[in-house]
Amino acid sequence: MTSASPAVSGHVAVTPGVSPERHRLGSLLIRASTILLGLVIVVQSLYALGYISFGFSNWQPVLVAYVLWSVALCWGLVLRDGEAGWRAIFVLPAVLFTVALVIFPTVFGLFIAFSDWNLQSANGRQFNGLANLRQLWADPYFWNALGNMVFYVATVVVQYAIAFGLALLLNADIKAQKFFRVSFLLPFMLSPVAVSWMIGKSMLEYRFGPVTNLLRWFGWENPSLLTTPWLAKTTIALMDAWVWIPFMMIMILAGLQALSKEVQEAAKVDGATGWQGFWQITFPLMLPVSMTTIVLRVIFQLKLADIVINTTSGGPGGATDTISSFIFREYKDRSNVGYGTMIAEIYLILIIIFIALLLWATNRFMQRHA
Amino acid sequence: MPRALNRILIYAALIIWTIIALFPIFWTFSTSFKVAKDVQLGHIIPWVDFTPSWLGLRAIGLSPDTIFTESTPRAEFIKRFWNSIQASIGASILALILGSMAAYGLSRFSYHWKIWKNRDISFFFLSQLILPPVVLAMPFLVLYKELALLDSMIGLILIYTLSVLPIVIWIMKDQFDTIPQELEQAALVDGCSVWGAFFRIILPIALPGMVAAFILSVILCWNEYFFAALLTSSYAKTLPVMVASQTGSQGISWWSMAALSSAAILPLIIIGIFLERYIVKGLTTGSVK
Repeated sequence: MTSASPAVSGHVAVTPGVSPERHRLGSLLIRASTILLGLVIVVQSLYALGYISFGFSNWQPVLVAYVLWSVALCWGLVLRDGEAGWRAIFVLPAVLFTVALVIFPTVFGLFIAFSDWNLQSANGRQFNGLANLRQLWADPYFWNALGNMVFYVATVVVQYAIAFGLALLLNADIKAQKFFRVSFLLPFMLSPVAVSWMIGKSMLEYRFGPVTNLLRWFGWENPSLLTTPWLAKTTIALMDAWVWIPFMMIMILAGLQALSKEVQEAAKVDGATGWQGFWQITFPLMLPVSMTTIVLRVIFQLKLADIVINTTSGGPGGATDTISSFIFREYKDRSNVGYGTMIAEIYLILIIIFIALLLWATNRFMQRHA
Repeated sequence: MPRALNRILIYAALIIWTIIALFPIFWTFSTSFKVAKDVQLGHIIPWVDFTPSWLGLRAIGLSPDTIFTESTPRAEFIKRFWNSIQASIGASILALILGSMAAYGLSRFSYHWKIWKNRDISFFFLSQLILPPVVLAMPFLVLYKELALLDSMIGLILIYTLSVLPIVIWIMKDQFDTIPQELEQAALVDGCSVWGAFFRIILPIALPGMVAAFILSVILCWNEYFFAALLTSSYAKTLPVMVASQTGSQGISWWSMAALSSAAILPLIIIGIFLERYIVKGLTTGSVK
């Protein structure tokens, strides 16, 4: 490349340090690759729609063309814009990657959402207008799953309280702090599928699981943890808490350790004065960290699926369903991608509204308490 | 409250939570050494309650007496294990490359693409965190079918990269922001190019952040189930899908499920014990200011 110094070239160079030939070559490269990509897409579309008889057997060449176009675009920018081009291609690959894999599928999802499309049947895609939307409005399982999501999101507050307690314990003057920290962190790292089996299917086993045995020992005669609707929901929430409390705990612990020494002294769990000190000093100071932690945790909670799918598959009677596990079942049982996508897109809209409101409320709250 | 009592209470609470956190892990590892009778009688402590047997490891062909013989279950298990390694390492490397570059650009230069400025680009990346996997699941299913990427390693790696990219960018941008700009400016004066300064000066300093981002990505990809369950069937199936598909087929053979689950969580437990520092660093990035 040419040097970064803003050399003044006497000719018509648009960018310092870039000769007109090079500038033209860069522009040409970008234009030519764009035309090539467009051509591949048009040919393949016409072929897929049956207008022309030549084309590729699948759409993979379009993907290859997109990758080539991305490379040519980056290269062309460097040739055309010099220093600015070199800077642009730091961010450009990630943007092109994300656009291809998020924006395009989400928009394509809208196209699927308004159709009756069973992947198993030979009929292929059938546009069915607002039928999916009407079906969704009348679907009790959807509303039930949405209600469950409210419950699961609400449990984040309980998880937060426990996590804060654990973080305070770890922040106290204790021996073997590292051992306890690692032990407390481990559940967060385990695969939700393994957790579903380890806890859900085996430790909570009705006849001889250690947890049910323990509950019987405490005098609970019939601990049907996963078959009574409200109990099943609570059990799933507890398993989810087991996995995610370490995450919140680590965030809060980092917040506690970032406080100044004097405040930390007050934050130590230390009798009655410590209790007062906590509410008057530590807790208010920890509000910003707490808010970040809770918002992040809520965002992750809205994706809850794996544990539900693998422990109860949404049962009994949809009592533990989340939106994600409901859609997963809808697809696995009926392979209807149209309806599933409609639910997903509606859910996305609800999430965006909810998160926006949450962030707005948090900001307002923080400003008032600042 | 007397100080001694206070100490006792703290340690009691710590130990109780340690048991809550570790018992399921201990239970899983120990169950893979139990025979049916031990499981049904709820035996817990090895050598006291029950005599350990190789039943679980034999079921996946890894016990001492089967390890040198041909074994179909072992071949299957190793294939899934290898798939999981490929998917998580591949996606993490790709995400680290794309993410570090983007994070560095956003941290150092001010972009102005049409109406897009740095803040908008950063928000664009971070907003991907909100997107639940279900929204992308069905479109990907249809698109991958058309692209002949269904049940392929590349397809899985691409979507895993996508799901960890925002986290990598978040961690790396925070990391680059803490490195003083004077360092590159000195290098630029010495005739280094922007990319030369990035590779030779900045990346070595940002290494701890990169390790943190990489480990966190590996953990997330290793545990991923939703996309793997939808987008893979026979060839590219990963370990979590294999574990999930075992239940319910012919009743549950406890020891083999326990052995499989143990194998799925063991690598992460090792990572957790030895690289805990980096995981904490990755998780707490940007949240504590």
